[in-house]
Amino acid sequence: MSKTLAPPRPTPTGRATPRGALAVRLFGERISLLVRPRTVAVCLALVLVGVLALAVTVTVGDYEISLAAVPGAILGYGERLDVFFVQGVRLPRALTAIGVGAALGIAGSVFQSLSRNALGSPDIIGFTSGAATGAVLVILVLGAGRLAVSLGAIAGGLLTAAIVYLLAMKNGVQGYRLVLVGIGVSAMLGSVRDYLLTRAELTDALGAQIWMIGSLNSRGWAEVAAVWISLAVLAPVLLALGRRLRFMELGDDTAQGLGVPIRSTQIWALAAASALTGAAIAVAGPIGFVALAAPQIARRLTRTGGTTLVGSALTGATLLVVADLVALRALAPTQLPVGVVTAVIGGSYLIWLLYTEWRGVRA
Amino acid sequence: MALRAPTLTRPTLTRRVLRPTGLLLALGVLAVCALLSVTVGAKPIPVADVWAALAAYDGSYDHDVIRSLRVPRTVIGIFVGAALGLAGALMQALTRNPLAEPGLLGINSGAAAAVVIAVFAFGAGGSAFVWPAFIGAAVAAVAVYALGSRGRASATPVRLALAGTAVAVVLQGIVYGVIVLNDFVFDRIRFWQVGSLAGRDLDVFWQVAPFLVAGVVLTLCLGPSLNAVALGDDLAATLGARIPLIRTATALAVVLLCGAATASAGPIWFVGLIIPHAARMITGPDQRWLLPYAAVLGAILLTAADVVGRVVLPHSELEVGIITAFVGAPLFIALVRSRRMAQL
Amino acid sequence: MTTPADTGSRLNGRDLTLAYEQRVISQNLAVSIPDNSFTVIVGPNACGKSTLLRALSRTLKPAHGHVHLDGQVIGSYPAKEVARRLGLLPQTSIAPDGIGVADLVARGRFPHQGFLRQWSAQDEAVVAEAMDATGVTALADRSVDELSGGQRQRVWLAMVLAQQTPLLLLDEPTTYLDIAHQMDMLDLCADLHAERGYTLVAVLHDLNHACRYASHLIVMKEGAIVAEGDPAKVVTAELVEEVFGLPVRIIPDPETGTPMIVPVDRRGAAR
Repeated sequence: MSKTLAPPRPTPTGRATPRGALAVRLFGERISLLVRPRTVAVCLALVLVGVLALAVTVTVGDYEISLAAVPGAILGYGERLDVFFVQGVRLPRALTAIGVGAALGIAGSVFQSLSRNALGSPDIIGFTSGAATGAVLVILVLGAGRLAVSLGAIAGGLLTAAIVYLLAMKNGVQGYRLVLVGIGVSAMLGSVRDYLLTRAELTDALGAQIWMIGSLNSRGWAEVAAVWISLAVLAPVLLALGRRLRFMELGDDTAQGLGVPIRSTQIWALAAASALTGAAIAVAGPIGFVALAAPQIARRLTRTGGTTLVGSALTGATLLVVADLVALRALAPTQLPVGVVTAVIGGSYLIWLLYTEWRGVRA
Repeated sequence: MALRAPTLTRPTLTRRVLRPTGLLLALGVLAVCALLSVTVGAKPIPVADVWAALAAYDGSYDHDVIRSLRVPRTVIGIFVGAALGLAGALMQALTRNPLAEPGLLGINSGAAAAVVIAVFAFGAGGSAFVWPAFIGAAVAAVAVYALGSRGRASATPVRLALAGTAVAVVLQGIVYGVIVLNDFVFDRIRFWQVGSLAGRDLDVFWQVAPFLVAGVVLTLCLGPSLNAVALGDDLAATLGARIPLIRTATALAVVLLCGAATASAGPIWFVGLIIPHAARMITGPDQRWLLPYAAVLGAILLTAADVVGRVVLPHSELEVGIITAFVGAPLFIALVRSRRMAQL
Repeated sequence: MTTPADTGSRLNGRDLTLAYEQRVISQNLAVSIPDNSFTVIVGPNACGKSTLLRALSRTLKPAHGHVHLDGQVIGSYPAKEVARRLGLLPQTSIAPDGIGVADLVARGRFPHQGFLRQWSAQDEAVVAEAMDATGVTALADRSVDELSGGQRQRVWLAMVLAQQTPLLLLDEPTTYLDIAHQMDMLDLCADLHAERGYTLVAVLHDLNHACRYASHLIVMKEGAIVAEGDPAKVVTAELVEEVFGLPVRIIPDPETGTPMIVPVDRRGAAR
């Protein structure tokens, strides 16, 4: 604002489209969008990597299947063993991985956006901890099967999230208070789990522990259906809220000034993201780190300010299907729970990221 | 960096009287807790017998219980609680963040990973956990601190939190990997990671005592410097405080104290987070008073929680780590709700 | 002084009780923002200036009473509808990490956009004009993180201008700015008011700025409006002493003739 500029000039002199973006306008401006070529390229690359990992998961293993035989095997033609491994084992496992990864990626992105905190994740508001406690209760106290464990996890997660939300509510819910109350409730539930784990038979306790690490071992079409149906219902809701969430990152007052209905957006986004997390956990256990890392990785890959839901979903899916491949092959024939791999790889990646980012001078 | 001005003006008369009396009172409470800890348990033992066991040991069963179980357990409880309280107060002063706790430096996860590896590789058990836990805690803390202070600027609170999370995640992954492959390791670690004082003997205490003493001495020397640091880096520097030196010394003290505590009792959450807040309510922000109070209150909480754990269930014990989480978490939530706390 | 509960203006509130949780800031407050005015709210620290502004901008729901916008209770409009009529520059806003200047200003277009209409030619033109008016066009491709406090404040103002609202509420728009940029910001506001017919409501700290620029002054003390009207008629030495507890002299501003407040020299008295 130079001092000569007393009256605002009526004709704009500069380009106003944000850097790295293209304006796309169709049908006489009935549709107008901002497209970022870099984001599109990154998304396509993620899809490509994900599909490659899917192909490897389906074909490689102690029993090798040629890629050419896969389409037939999916439809039930070809050698019996091919059909068995593709249809019955590997394809559902890989599809579960993709669905769970996408669900965790979207949910993590929503939670980070709502809490305005790079460490915000469903883990932090206590959802994961509640789900784990619910599942451990079912495994160790009731000794019931997998479906009951899934239901116990969902019930525990929703109940805990609701309790955390209520405890954090005091003249509105502030992001940081939500996170802190979540930490407290999680710690309490953690001690309940510790208690149960130390009082149980070793094999039962180990089963519960593996469930808590998160695993895709022997997941079938029921799990595929569960996670993909949840995605089909909930992801559109969150994508529709995604624009509002990006505006809420500007601060509550600013967002409200721009006409974003804060309270309803918060509640709907929290509910949908929690439900999506619940589905992922019910299917695969509380796989750590994907929800935390996928949004951060996506942001750095696409170089956009703020969150990108689609990018986070694709990053999460790719991350998990690759991690599961590692979990399958790293110590073959022993199958590691995928949660071990996401923790080690994801944590190392975060360390590397911090290491390189802080090499410079920025405080 | 935003300036926060703690009231370091001359304390009011009431506070000048209150703080020493309060500390004496707290020490009295601690003595009562210690006495309870020695007498209460699966077999209640009268105070007179306790005294006899210490003064004139006659080799009877009761005397044996006192000397080999109850006393070591009480001594360790007092020191672990004091160390955790001090370490928590130091962490909060170091990061200028009321939510910081020693776990942020990766101490618990480092200790857990090292214990898991020790069991896996050498089949270690019992008090053989002490050294691996201590070394693991120290290595993890150094890694977190180095990562957090990389670059020109020294370790800022946000960086420490991120670095701590990242390191903790990797270590957790390692722990998971090992226990999935080996259920013997899992059997050991599931009991260790709860945090308990049961079955610790005085050997454990003598192993960690040098570190505890060094940590306590270092901490008490740091009080005045930390008062300066509380004013913000820039202002502290103009007051003549050597910020990087103070930071490093504080982190070192945290590692010594918390590493020793975790090595002797396993990871115990929340004591380091809650106790400094309780102490601050009494003393105000002056670190020279806050630190001794944090030590005594931490010791009270841990000994009391240990006694409660022994009597709350009819035929078995609840580990002290479970009790502190159950007492600490509601207090923490009440604290979060009651006050406007600094954002993370 | 009377506080006319003029219901004819576009933005007004009657019988307002404003409170944060249990803490009541104002009671029985009646306020009316004259149309096409440049209204400035002044008062000592913690007198409820910002709280009133928050109530007028519906970021704070009154505990009692209603704020009316264009004849309807402000809370009864859809959120976007309000945002097309009334813009707000809050005291604190958060720029997401790494967001670009043009990107941030473009976010002001939210109330005019929809799911399929996210970046029309009009959006682009308005954003370009808003950046031009605030002099941030040259910064368009920079990251907001890299900017100085003053530059950042102008970027946020550009974002609010891009909202294209006839009513604009500004909460201390001159904080963080040096004197030259303060005057630039106020000149810009005055132009928006005079040439484009904006109705402006600003909370300002500097009484002399307020007197020079305001067409309508609202003076607050302890949650109540103690005086309002044309600064030339309202501002007296007695009023300033009553409200701020500071003895002053009022002289005409040599540039504009508006009242200028000069504190009485008390150094002799202190000894």
